[in-house]
Amino acid sequence: MIWKIFLFILLVFVSIAGISFPIVENPSAWYQFPFIPGLEENAKIIFFHVPTAWLTVIAFLMSTIFSFRYLRTKNLDEDAKAYASAQLGMIFCILATVTGAVWAKFAWGSFWSWDPRQTSIFAILLIYGALFALRSSIESEDKRATLSAVYSLIAFVTVPFFIFVMPRIMKGLHPGSADDTNAGPIVDFKMNSSMQLIFFLSLIGFTILYFWMWRVGYRSIIIKDKLNKQQIISDKSVQGG
Amino acid sequence: MIAKAYALFKKDFSSELRTRYAINSLAMFIIVAISVILFSIGNETINESLTGGLFWVVIFFTAMSGLARAFVSEEERGTTLTLQLIASPSTVFSGKLIFNLILVFCMNLVISLLYSALFENFIVQNFSLFLLTFILGNIGLAVASTIIAAIIAKAGAKGTLYPVLSFPILLPLILTCVQLTLFSFDGTSFEEAQFELAIVVGYDVIMFTASYMLFDFIWKD
Repeated sequence: MIWKIFLFILLVFVSIAGISFPIVENPSAWYQFPFIPGLEENAKIIFFHVPTAWLTVIAFLMSTIFSFRYLRTKNLDEDAKAYASAQLGMIFCILATVTGAVWAKFAWGSFWSWDPRQTSIFAILLIYGALFALRSSIESEDKRATLSAVYSLIAFVTVPFFIFVMPRIMKGLHPGSADDTNAGPIVDFKMNSSMQLIFFLSLIGFTILYFWMWRVGYRSIIIKDKLNKQQIISDKSVQGG
Repeated sequence: MIAKAYALFKKDFSSELRTRYAINSLAMFIIVAISVILFSIGNETINESLTGGLFWVVIFFTAMSGLARAFVSEEERGTTLTLQLIASPSTVFSGKLIFNLILVFCMNLVISLLYSALFENFIVQNFSLFLLTFILGNIGLAVASTIIAAIIAKAGAKGTLYPVLSFPILLPLILTCVQLTLFSFDGTSFEEAQFELAIVVGYDVIMFTASYMLFDFIWKD
């Protein structure tokens, strides 16, 4: 309970600070953000867009880890954990895509321009979509768990191309691309300490939020499965008696 | 193991020769896809980058229409259990992979010949780069589509799911191959294209290893 209150306070603080703290040319007070040329007021999206993109990757990683563990142990609880993580990953992936597109409208002039980052988030969205399409097409629980685990492992070996390699080697408009004139990722060079503080608080807050949601998600899936099985058994015993 | 895989390939090959199902459907699909593109172009000439992109579009969808057969046919005939008894999973995968590799190479050779005959801007200046892209791209395509075909055959949903599952997996390969094809049209040297080539080689190696390691789980089910 105590850490739920802590999480609530943290996220409220991050939201208020991220939206309301002013951006000025020469920050002097602790609550002022620096002016980044080319990003200006749009820079504030970093507190909400980057954590969602970060969680997309974390959820995908967790889903792959538990898929791998399922293949080793054949325990359906591991599959429930992988599935719950993939569900959350899909939500955060959509959020990252939408917030990024809205930001791009104001920063680049159009919602979608096939920037390498946009291509990569689109590919992850497709992978999540394919995973759910595969899961919904299989009736048997074990088979569904095995095949989706194999698929997510195969997808995981191709995804690093998208998230980590491609955006950094290809020329793009996204901050942090290969030809970014600001020389290097903006996290290190352009943010002052207060901006970094809010940014990392936001990352921590969203990560805790993810783990909390994931715990609730996989427990509900496991309990639902258990209830279904009990239902089937009691139905059979009624028919038999 | 290699002899057994070859025997499996020969079995597939002779049953293919008997029915000619995959060859016929692939050939017809290629003709249909290219004629649709030609109709939609009409009298206009399309530029190089569009030609290179459409080349890989046709390759992708032709592969999607024909390569799923590899494992689905075993499930349909009910011969999966026999195969599980007589051969190890990696042998089965090798046999199917050889068959799909040959199918992909034949199919893409036909597509390339048709493209060079029918499209004005399909002019390859750096032929060795194009050949290398062609070979590496085909290997990646065959490996990825074989492992996805195995998943599809077990999933029971045959037709529609195959492109849905394959597309995200093949996307890195196709994007890089389109880029490399455009390089070969422009006459770019190997030094300038080496990064893209490295990506394709890396993709092939990773996909090959992952497929061999994961096929056991799909097959033993």
